[in-house]
Amino acid sequence: MRTVRLESETDLDGWRTHARALLFEGVQPAHAAFRTGTTTAGLFEEVAPPSPAPASLALTVPRAFMDLAAAVALHRSEDRFDLLYRLLWRLQQDRHLLNIVSDRDVADAMERAKNVSRASHKMKAFVRFRRIGDAGDERWIAWFEPAHRVLERTAPFFQRRFTTMRWTILTPDGTADWDGKHLTFGPPATKDQAPEGDDVEEFWKTYYASTFNPARLKTKMMQSEMPRRYWANLPEAALIPELVARAAVREEAMVRAPATPTNARLSRATAPVVERATTNEVVPTSLPALAAGVQGCRRCPLWRDATQAVCGRGPTQAPLMIVGEQPGDQEDLAGEPFVGPAGQVLDAALAEADLDRNAAWITNAVKHFKHEPRGKRRLHKTPDAGEVQACRWWLDAERALVKPRLIVTLGATAALGVLGRKIAVTKERGRPVRLDDGTAVLPTVHPSYLLRLPDAEMREAERARFIADLKAAKALLADAE
Amino acid sequence: MARLDLRKKLEILADAAKYDASCASSGAGKRNSVGGKGIGSTEGMGICHAYTPDGRCVSLLKILLTNFCIYDCAYCINRVSSNVPRARFSVQEVVDLTLNFYKRNYIEGLFLSSGIVQSGDYTMEELVRVARILREEHDFRGYIHLKLIPEADPDLVAQAGLYADRLSANIELPRDEALARLAPQKDAGVIKKAMGQVRQRVEAARPAKKDRKRPPRFAPGGQSTQLIVGADGAPDGEILERSASLYGGYGLRRVYYSAFSPIPDSSAQLPLSKPPLIREHRLYQADWLMRFYGFSAPEIASATPDGMLDLAVDPKLGWALANRASFPVDVNLAERETLLRVPGLGVRSVDRILKVRRYRTLRLEDIQRLTRSLDKIRPFITTLDWNPGGLTDAADLKARLVKPREPEQLSLF
Repeated sequence: MRTVRLESETDLDGWRTHARALLFEGVQPAHAAFRTGTTTAGLFEEVAPPSPAPASLALTVPRAFMDLAAAVALHRSEDRFDLLYRLLWRLQQDRHLLNIVSDRDVADAMERAKNVSRASHKMKAFVRFRRIGDAGDERWIAWFEPAHRVLERTAPFFQRRFTTMRWTILTPDGTADWDGKHLTFGPPATKDQAPEGDDVEEFWKTYYASTFNPARLKTKMMQSEMPRRYWANLPEAALIPELVARAAVREEAMVRAPATPTNARLSRATAPVVERATTNEVVPTSLPALAAGVQGCRRCPLWRDATQAVCGRGPTQAPLMIVGEQPGDQEDLAGEPFVGPAGQVLDAALAEADLDRNAAWITNAVKHFKHEPRGKRRLHKTPDAGEVQACRWWLDAERALVKPRLIVTLGATAALGVLGRKIAVTKERGRPVRLDDGTAVLPTVHPSYLLRLPDAEMREAERARFIADLKAAKALLADAE
Repeated sequence: MARLDLRKKLEILADAAKYDASCASSGAGKRNSVGGKGIGSTEGMGICHAYTPDGRCVSLLKILLTNFCIYDCAYCINRVSSNVPRARFSVQEVVDLTLNFYKRNYIEGLFLSSGIVQSGDYTMEELVRVARILREEHDFRGYIHLKLIPEADPDLVAQAGLYADRLSANIELPRDEALARLAPQKDAGVIKKAMGQVRQRVEAARPAKKDRKRPPRFAPGGQSTQLIVGADGAPDGEILERSASLYGGYGLRRVYYSAFSPIPDSSAQLPLSKPPLIREHRLYQADWLMRFYGFSAPEIASATPDGMLDLAVDPKLGWALANRASFPVDVNLAERETLLRVPGLGVRSVDRILKVRRYRTLRLEDIQRLTRSLDKIRPFITTLDWNPGGLTDAADLKARLVKPREPEQLSLF
């Protein structure tokens, strides 16, 4: 057995030097032991004289191994350096060893690294500074007992966070000190070197006790995240036994308490109740009344998952009315029709056809956005005939108020909403039809159809046809004048 | 009225704020106080500085500016008709408390909310003022979460996003009809519009490649919301559909579920009983399935007979028990999406399985080391040396997997 004595508990450099030498000599992991200052050598152990490996020895390990080793070295287990040597040895045979995370040694090392990382995280959480000195000359001192030897690994976090404060963290493993410019590490400390209290601590305890909800006692959960080993140095932890003991009584008291009369003094100043009458049957007498009324529509269930109903926009008495299918994701948020990607296609096409968007009344056959949530997005769904039929009530009211001479319907849903029957858009596009009241209707495709075409050439051809339809609309408008 | 001392105010206004479950301090990106005049840092991952005996994390100083309120929401401790003691912090008091707590490493930052006083605009202005003083006068670089008052002017929302890391407006109840009954002064439409505004601003603040100059900052930690569970009659399936709709519509980071719990001086309108904590837990698990495991809300609900999640098993196991034809899956061959549906396999375990199987054909003992609970997984997988045979379809599989409930533990102390 070759036993190596390292200089300190976290002497990773020393381990590396010795491990290289042992590996070079071919000493198997079973015959090598690494010990640190505090542990004594066993009866039959032979303490190896430091025997540095030849500098020429090329020993390469994956970077991931050095990161893992740096963490494992901080673990408080006694055999941590032995485990690392075993891994180093096995890595020479199998370069991919660290990827096989189900391997016993790899899993063991990863578990210890995880514990170290957790100890570091808990140190960030549970260090409590106490102030000494007065304003202008204040210093911040904490006494902390980390689960593993993570002081040096964690101190830079406090440096980044409290850069403008002068602080010292005292631990049984050593101290870290930040004077505003330099981070230095010193010898182990004892609890009595730390201040005993701080005037803000009482406020903190008040907060801790008040933010606790006695009706939801879950002490196991608390202990798994804030293990008892840390309690001695957490001022608030002293309150736990009493908070727990009184919780049941407090909850019972809340449940049992008879309902009290309304607070008479405050209730005089209550905000107005929101008007939320259903407006399914309220016939709007103006376009603003229609825009307001459609918000309370419950004719179909689409209102439930939409942000708002999106009504038409444009000048009242516009000669041209353009009807789309339904608001999309962007329209639903903005409360305006055709502001999303399809709206941009429409705008560009209108401009090419020499039609002024601002002179047209632009709306949709269905006023709420029908969609299906998919993760952090909403996928468009085509409204069904029932929903289109339900919303015709609003579209008819809108038509009656705007009184357009020509309606351009974009896509099948819009045609259904305006004409009341299903049409084959690709067959009937560009051919005007008359409604009973004499209004001309010109069906064409929906601009989002152009967006969906995969082939660039086809897209250009379809875009040209779309613009041709819009030009036909312009001609129809001119004829009617 | 006698002036309350600061500790008493803290007691009242922390108590008034604790029914908001959110305490997250993550997602703000990396920044620190190096080179600055003040203190504070955020490094992406949130930190819980303490845990109270209710198992909840204390990460932020979570308080109300005031618990005076002109709304009368039946489920809320601060409703106008309640007789709880009232208090109001000054802006400076909140600023000082935050900094004093932060310097002692008690907290990651501030989560400030408020009862509505005077108007939505006035209240929001006050909240923004606290955040602005912390950021501009004290160069505070810790975490700030501001409650969004949905009725407030859009300009105030823009300012809030400039200083805050996260914003939240609570949707409160899964059913809009219940909001009408229990919170008559609140309008679900207004709340959704406010969330929509936040989403649009968050997206606009994301720098695009073509931008030469960074767009102004807006709430890098995004937005969240809270749903109260058990105050109206909505079943779990409906709650999950509402969540899915909110995640999809407003890009929320989180939906918090808060089991309705008895409050002091509670309204006669509401059930007074122990909060349904297990139900709340199952909803969080189902929420996780939607966000990280590729499940949809209707899929999860389809495995429940009455739209209520089974309290005895986690929703993933519940889904697997109802869809046994999809099992067992071969851990050496199955795709990631399929592995994610195996009960007991978490995202980490699945990623590890995918990593290891490039080098080695997995045996049951490998799975044992890669996961926590082999018992739950075994009936649903095959490995090189394991096939569950009839176990997958066993009629009593659920009974075998569910441990008989431990006797109710009263107290550990």
